[in-house]
Amino acid sequence: MWFINALSKAGSLSCFSVLALFHIRSGGTLPARLIRTTYELGIRCLPVISIVALFSGLVLGLQGHYVLARFGASGMLGTLVSLSLCRELAPVLAAVMMAGQAGTALAAELGIQRSTEQIDALELMGISAEGYLVGPRLLVACFVFPVLTALFTIVGITGGWLSGCVLLNQDGHSYWSAVRLAIHSKDINECLTKALAFGLLTVALCAFQGFNAHLHGEAGARSVSVATVRGVVLSSIAILVADYLITALLV
Amino acid sequence: MNAMVSDKITTPDPIPAPEELLSVQGLKKSFGTKQVLQDVSFHVPHGGIVAILGRSGTGKSVLLRCIVGLLPYDEGQILFRGKNVDTPPFRAPLLKACSYVFQHNALFDSSTVLENMLIPLRARGELSESAQFQKAKDLLGRMELEDASNRFPAELSGGMQKRLAVARALVTDPEVVLFDEPTAGLDPIRRNAVFEMIVKLQRESRFTALVVTHDVQEALIVSSRIVWLDAGCVAFSGTPSAFEAQEDPKFSLFRDNLQALKQSLR
Ligand SMILES: Nc1ncnc2c1ncn2[C@@H]1O[C@H](COP(=O)(O)OP(=O)(O)OP(=O)(O)O)[C@@H](O)[C@H]1O
Ligand SMILES: [Mg+2]
Repeated sequence: MWFINALSKAGSLSCFSVLALFHIRSGGTLPARLIRTTYELGIRCLPVISIVALFSGLVLGLQGHYVLARFGASGMLGTLVSLSLCRELAPVLAAVMMAGQAGTALAAELGIQRSTEQIDALELMGISAEGYLVGPRLLVACFVFPVLTALFTIVGITGGWLSGCVLLNQDGHSYWSAVRLAIHSKDINECLTKALAFGLLTVALCAFQGFNAHLHGEAGARSVSVATVRGVVLSSIAILVADYLITALLV
Repeated sequence: MNAMVSDKITTPDPIPAPEELLSVQGLKKSFGTKQVLQDVSFHVPHGGIVAILGRSGTGKSVLLRCIVGLLPYDEGQILFRGKNVDTPPFRAPLLKACSYVFQHNALFDSSTVLENMLIPLRARGELSESAQFQKAKDLLGRMELEDASNRFPAELSGGMQKRLAVARALVTDPEVVLFDEPTAGLDPIRRNAVFEMIVKLQRESRFTALVVTHDVQEALIVSSRIVWLDAGCVAFSGTPSAFEAQEDPKFSLFRDNLQALKQSLR
């Protein structure tokens, strides 16, 4: 029973996303909406992504230094840091942080627009509310998530170098050459594929929850809080599940 | 009570005459066990202003929302130009022709006042960009909102928000306008101005208006037909003068509320 329920939810989520992208031009001013969304989704998330990336790299460098030293493999630090960041940590952590920062904002904004009848008003004007409000966000997510994930990887690897080579006196030269040797185009592919998938999932789920905030038996402020919580929890879970599936398929 | 309700002056005819633009027939709507609309039928003639009156909570807003399809209803029919508009694909002609003023305004709060006016114009896409701009500015001027055009709705007073909501609904030259309390919270001068504007624009562009309002005296002056809802039914439907001629205290208390207040305090 729950399986059928989940399947039908997934179905309506996909319909919602396809509709949003299909009607993206509805209501006009698409360039302005794209710019605003890029700012909200991309620029506003830059600080948090950079800070999280830096500290993830620092910790990885630190742990890696001591753990690899046990096996006498200190020279592998660059390999460890770069591969774990690129293939796994950067896509997942960046997406979870984006869900926390941009996803919650999106779910809350749409939830309020639903509860103050703004979405109804758009529909009555003949504008597709999915296309007008959600379409640009899905489109922008397709390039903002990969770009921010790439940034996360670069800042993280630099963080690893800071703690391993600057603070713990490993050889910086061999760190960077290990990084260069470790990362293949296949790893970059995996990183960007994951970022794209997580971006679409996060934005679609959070937007879907906010857009349908009135359907969970609550009204007004409570409906917005319920939608926001559902959005961020569901997208975090979806990111981890999708991470496993994509890794299993690509490895 | 029942005797009073059945005391209707004009029972609306079941088959709409050709000049009826919009007709509502036997509409029923309940929320759970609470039946809000029990059996609502009335007609809106082409080019008329129909005022829907009734006590707070009788289901006037629910009725308007059912007409445009924002709420599903349980039974009944809604005809627009004689065609059923019950389901989404058939509702399109009605939606294309109509604008809606929400009771709580539903202004787009992350857009400026001017943007709020431009959004419906862009959705139509009939005018050039500069003509859209000009039109929005004109109507804002008529609503005394031109100074606020770069502000956000949250920065306006309640009355200004209401006037913006009315202006936004009228900017696209709709054929039918559904007003849900267009004058709630306005001072008497502004209230008159809004009614005056509705009537003037109605004469200019011949739209058909369905106005839910609590301003009974004003409604009697501006409208061509009064529909009085009570307990989920149409208790009266007819001309304003017929409404004024009603002796029944049920009507007169509502209509001549000032005298009623004076009397009860005497
Ligand atoms: N979504 C809803 N769920 C449950 N009950 C509702 C809902 N919307 C309206 N109602 C009920 O329907 C009845 C009619 O509400 P409506 O908003 O239509 O009143 P109204 O005639 O517009 O009143 P007012 O003049 O105060 O605006 C009320 O009793 C209200 O409690
Ligand atoms: Mg109401």
